[in-house]
Amino acid sequence: MNNYDFDQIAVEMKGITQKFGSLVANDNIDLTVHKGEVHALLGENGAGKTTLVNSLYGLYHPTSGDIFINGEKVVMDTPNVAIGHGIGMVHQHFMLIKPFTVVENIILGKETHKHGVLDMERATKEVMELSERYGLTIDPTACIQDITVGMQQRVEILKTLYRGADILILDEPTAVLTPQEILDLIKIINNLTDQGKTIIIITHKLKEIKDVADFCTIIRRGKKIDTVKVADVSESDLASMMVGREVSFKVDKEESEPGDIVLEVNDLHVKDNRDIPAVEGLSLKVRRGEILGIAGVDGNGQNELVDALTGIRKAESGEVLVNGNNILGLNPRGILDHKVSTIPQDRQKRGLVLEYSIAENIIIENYKKAPFSRKGWLNFPAIREYARKLVKEFDVRPDDENYISGSLSGGNQQKVIIAREISNNPDLLIAVQPTRGLDVGAIEYVHKALVAQRDKGKAVLLISLELDEVINVSDRIGVIYEGKIVGEVKAEGADENEIGLMMAGGSNS
Amino acid sequence: MLLESIAFLLGTTLMYATPLIYTSLGGTISENSGVVNIGLEGIMFMGAFIGAAIGYYTHSGWIGFLAAGVVGGLFGLLHAVACISFTADQVVSGIAINFLGPGFALLLSRLMFDGAAMTLPLPLDEKISRPLNGLFPQNSFFDVILNRYSTVYLAFFLVLVVWFVLYKTKLGLRIRSVGEHPEAAATLGIDVYKIRYMSVIASGVFAGFGGAAVSVAIVSQFRITLISGQGFIALAAMIFGKWKPQGAMWACLLFGFAQAIVVFMPRTGIEVSSQLLSMLPYILTLILLVVFVGKSVAPSADGKIYEKN
Repeated sequence: MNNYDFDQIAVEMKGITQKFGSLVANDNIDLTVHKGEVHALLGENGAGKTTLVNSLYGLYHPTSGDIFINGEKVVMDTPNVAIGHGIGMVHQHFMLIKPFTVVENIILGKETHKHGVLDMERATKEVMELSERYGLTIDPTACIQDITVGMQQRVEILKTLYRGADILILDEPTAVLTPQEILDLIKIINNLTDQGKTIIIITHKLKEIKDVADFCTIIRRGKKIDTVKVADVSESDLASMMVGREVSFKVDKEESEPGDIVLEVNDLHVKDNRDIPAVEGLSLKVRRGEILGIAGVDGNGQNELVDALTGIRKAESGEVLVNGNNILGLNPRGILDHKVSTIPQDRQKRGLVLEYSIAENIIIENYKKAPFSRKGWLNFPAIREYARKLVKEFDVRPDDENYISGSLSGGNQQKVIIAREISNNPDLLIAVQPTRGLDVGAIEYVHKALVAQRDKGKAVLLISLELDEVINVSDRIGVIYEGKIVGEVKAEGADENEIGLMMAGGSNS
Repeated sequence: MLLESIAFLLGTTLMYATPLIYTSLGGTISENSGVVNIGLEGIMFMGAFIGAAIGYYTHSGWIGFLAAGVVGGLFGLLHAVACISFTADQVVSGIAINFLGPGFALLLSRLMFDGAAMTLPLPLDEKISRPLNGLFPQNSFFDVILNRYSTVYLAFFLVLVVWFVLYKTKLGLRIRSVGEHPEAAATLGIDVYKIRYMSVIASGVFAGFGGAAVSVAIVSQFRITLISGQGFIALAAMIFGKWKPQGAMWACLLFGFAQAIVVFMPRTGIEVSSQLLSMLPYILTLILLVVFVGKSVAPSADGKIYEKN
């Protein structure tokens, strides 16, 4: 931080307006970014942040407004024009070719070659020089499919640097990273600005803005609200500017009153896709009226645990009792019938059929039952009426049950899933990363919904990689490490460092 | 006797594998760029006719062979226009070409050869040459295996060329990138349409060669039963060979060997129904596809429509 030079303006966007038909995605937005600064663009999903940077990168053409790069007015016709002016963009969904090596991905489109024959030796050398200069650790000959998400992101950053980028746009760079990888990324960003690079970072995670950004421009519903110096504002200031109202981070909840045991897992063993043990002798209990949070670093058996609990994956051995009945070995529908509902981690792959309407997704678990179908025929009036009720109740926007689910924003997709799962009236609700990729408004909503379930006397199992979330929402916290629960603490007054140590495999004593 | 049999089997394997190799190389190029081309069967059919007909009229098997490549390329262009520019379904377009190729070839054959569904045969000395003829004593072990038409050697040379282009050159990197993730390639300034056009046209050229490699080398005329599924077998070989030129080559040799057994069995005196025997390459295709298709991995964007913004 604080490497910026007030006299040199790297990017200036003046009066950018972008209309798509009748929708105004950007309304007269100004943005000034100085050379060497980290400038955050903050806004809820759909506020218009990505639209704004897409016009900077030449992917969209603004209806009106001008763009100046280093003082020179530029018409960004295509990404190639932007690249030519030293702008690089790291997309939220990585643009990497999985079977290609790291170096091949970086040089693609600007290959080092002799008469058309690739010169991989020179390419590797050039890439490694960049890698060392900016502290972007990579394995040049590894294939993308075999490296971590964090390294994939470093490859994306190197792709822009290899093309000579001085201004880097990072679109939601932390959405897919583990806490450790986020720390690494922050170091990288500091390295880049130390060497004179300018960074524009799109995010809705306030903590990261405080950690890394110098300035922050807040966008709400397509309009610029303000540009602030990050050091002068608090996280809650940023949040209320973003949402337009006060937001509570603290989840308000009463002391829990645990009742009977709903879920009991004993000595569960599950293997992963590569046939390697992932869950190794895991045991836990969740009672009525309490939320058990599972904290842990990604890849410690969380996915396999959830898959086994929901019947997607076969367990090797162990016991899973729901209200005293063993559900291990049942198929997903059989488990649903035991009043277990799940908010899956990947809402687009497992939570929803994106091509289906909201109404179809809402009855997808119950379409066989009356009144939704009779004798194999779907009863659409009844389906729509039921969906309309839930859409209203759970405040899904737009409030049209025939809307295609894939066109909803992430937060509204999650609301559809929550509406479906909660309306099943489960005894056990399993929520996996329920707020992944959501903005603060939506996060608050999801957290309240989980606590409301608890207060109704349901058992809730929350599995999340966000430690803050686990601590704030849960009543008890179990730490998962290498497929086992290695420690358990009360959430109230929990010590983040102690939990962090257990997550990393340190002892609990 | 044993040595003679081995030599015969190996030599015949090379002969029958050759047309398959050309066509499967075409499929490999096209599918690595992300375009499925099941029209290769129809293009091969057309190539067989053009090779024999042009060869007959120009008195040169080689000119016929090259002409077959050109016409094959035109059919490839047709497939490219349909699937790339007009984003048609690639399988549907391929099926259309499989009807169009044979139909067109037959029509031209009837027009050019007095209503016959076959061309007039090329004289032996106008066929593709055998450059190694006379190098080994006639009918010796190596003569039987290696004394082949030039198209055989060219096919193996092209395997090397296609492998080199795909894996060692800038163009190859780009071809594979648009077959894996066209959006990513496009963000790096690569013209996805251009690369795919080139690749699909090349696949047509290769399938045209494949057809002509039957009609002006293995035999010396075009008949309607000449290709009968070899284009599809070549596609199966490409899949069995994991979309790689060298893999496809080995698979083609395996199919060629099956064909060689079909020809060899009657010589052994063992009585096997000839109808059953001639099913062998097709049954082998089925078995290999059933067993291996699930396991091999096609380029990610293979067969998927890509549209520019």
